[in-house]
Amino acid sequence: MAEAVEDIEFRLLLEAVFRKYHYDFRGYSTASLKRRLRQARERMNCSSFSQLQDRVLHDPSAFPELISFLTVQVSELFRDPAYFRAIRERVVPYLRTYPSLKVWVAGCSAGEEVYSLAILFREEGLEDRTMLYGTDINPEALRRAEAGVYELDRIPSFTENHRLSGGKSSLSDYYTAAYGGAVFDKSLRRRAVFSDHSLAADQVFAEVQLVSCRNVLIYFDRPLQDRAIGLFKDSLSRKGFLGLGAKESLRFSSHADGFETFDQAERIYRKRGDA
Amino acid sequence: MTPGRAEAVAVGASAGALEALSAILPGLPADYPLPVFVVVHLPPDRESLMARLLQDSCRIKIREAEDKEAIEPGTVYVAPPDYHLLIEPDRRLSLSSEEPVLFSRPSIDVMFETAAEAYGPGLVGVVLTGANSDGARGLRAIRAAGGSGLVQRPDAATASAMPRAALEACPDALALTLQEIAEHLRGMVASR
Ligand SMILES: C[S@@+](CC[C@H](N)C(=O)[O-])C[C@H]1O[C@@H](n2cnc3c(N)ncnc32)[C@H](O)[C@@H]1O
Repeated sequence: MAEAVEDIEFRLLLEAVFRKYHYDFRGYSTASLKRRLRQARERMNCSSFSQLQDRVLHDPSAFPELISFLTVQVSELFRDPAYFRAIRERVVPYLRTYPSLKVWVAGCSAGEEVYSLAILFREEGLEDRTMLYGTDINPEALRRAEAGVYELDRIPSFTENHRLSGGKSSLSDYYTAAYGGAVFDKSLRRRAVFSDHSLAADQVFAEVQLVSCRNVLIYFDRPLQDRAIGLFKDSLSRKGFLGLGAKESLRFSSHADGFETFDQAERIYRKRGDA
Repeated sequence: MTPGRAEAVAVGASAGALEALSAILPGLPADYPLPVFVVVHLPPDRESLMARLLQDSCRIKIREAEDKEAIEPGTVYVAPPDYHLLIEPDRRLSLSSEEPVLFSRPSIDVMFETAAEAYGPGLVGVVLTGANSDGARGLRAIRAAGGSGLVQRPDAATASAMPRAALEACPDALALTLQEIAEHLRGMVASR
């Protein structure tokens, strides 16, 4: 069967975005990416992917809008509380044995996961020896992460998540309500750095003891998942920890041998000593 | 377009889903030659009992869908709660935590639309009981890609809104009882 015209246009659009803006979406899961690009096409009033490509190539101001469709920004503080409980109860005891710690939150969206870990590490008394690196490719998300302001209507579920994660303090200790939002305490950012980094294109930038990369790999096809997991493996110190999203695993990865399963239910893995 | 040789079955159900699926899936043999994708609306706790509950009464394998796994015949893949299930053109499964569609995640429309693209005329879409209109748009996409549509007869469904919406969107879909749907799914592969 001949390739559908829309599929040709879809691939060409991704190629154009890569060549012009160096954002590489070519290895993302097709079904979801195409759905989101169709939404972009409609909202940006284009009748075809070719027309959208034309717009994006000739009008750089259209690109940030397109990026917001290309990346999925759904997140929460202490999303999947059981994961954070496992980090707290099972991983932290190992982390305590290090005099200094680095944590990489890959695909941190607007910072929710980074603030969650900053609060957890403070509660566990590890804050002062820890650096948290939050990375993402979406500039708007990184800007929001830097600001640390979330809509007030999200706070009740964040509070409940924090409690279920085994939180030892009250979430309200960490934010003040202002400008119609919850402004998280600047001191939580003292040990956090947010930066632009792509799991599809960039290299390892630090040696870390914990990588938390949740709900990012599901948007990648298998070869790109493998690239990302390879980066995590190279970045982790011996016996370092890798936490994935609730529906992500190393099962199909060529790097699976380099890790042992530490907590099957919460998808936490540990780099082997000899890997 | 006339539907082609069936290659996959896509099922959507909401209120009353367990009962309806329990009237259909136990009728499929262990070596049913097609994969079956199922989206049901469930409360978003993490632990889904659906696959396990259904397995007790079924011979065909029933599993919760995993991200990027290759699709096998003779297997029912159930979308996990709180994740969309998508079918990739290379015939793997994908999960996604994108925004709910019509207040639903998983969304029947999202699964149907992506499955329609992956299987075209080879897809059979089935809309069962439910109290919303999820699945109508997806069934239209399945029909537009040349696949066929089966809808539970609204007057025989626990909740009639969803099958009714599907029939409004696809007036030429077959309106059948659960029994007839089960027979149809078996019958269309009988000669293989
Ligand atoms: C669904 S959010 C996950 C947020 C958070 N980790 C969580 O689990 O709640 C996915 C994030 O991955 C980011 N992302 C997508 N492609 C990426 C890439 N190639 N490198 C790094 N981050 C990426 C998106 O911009 C988005 O912020």
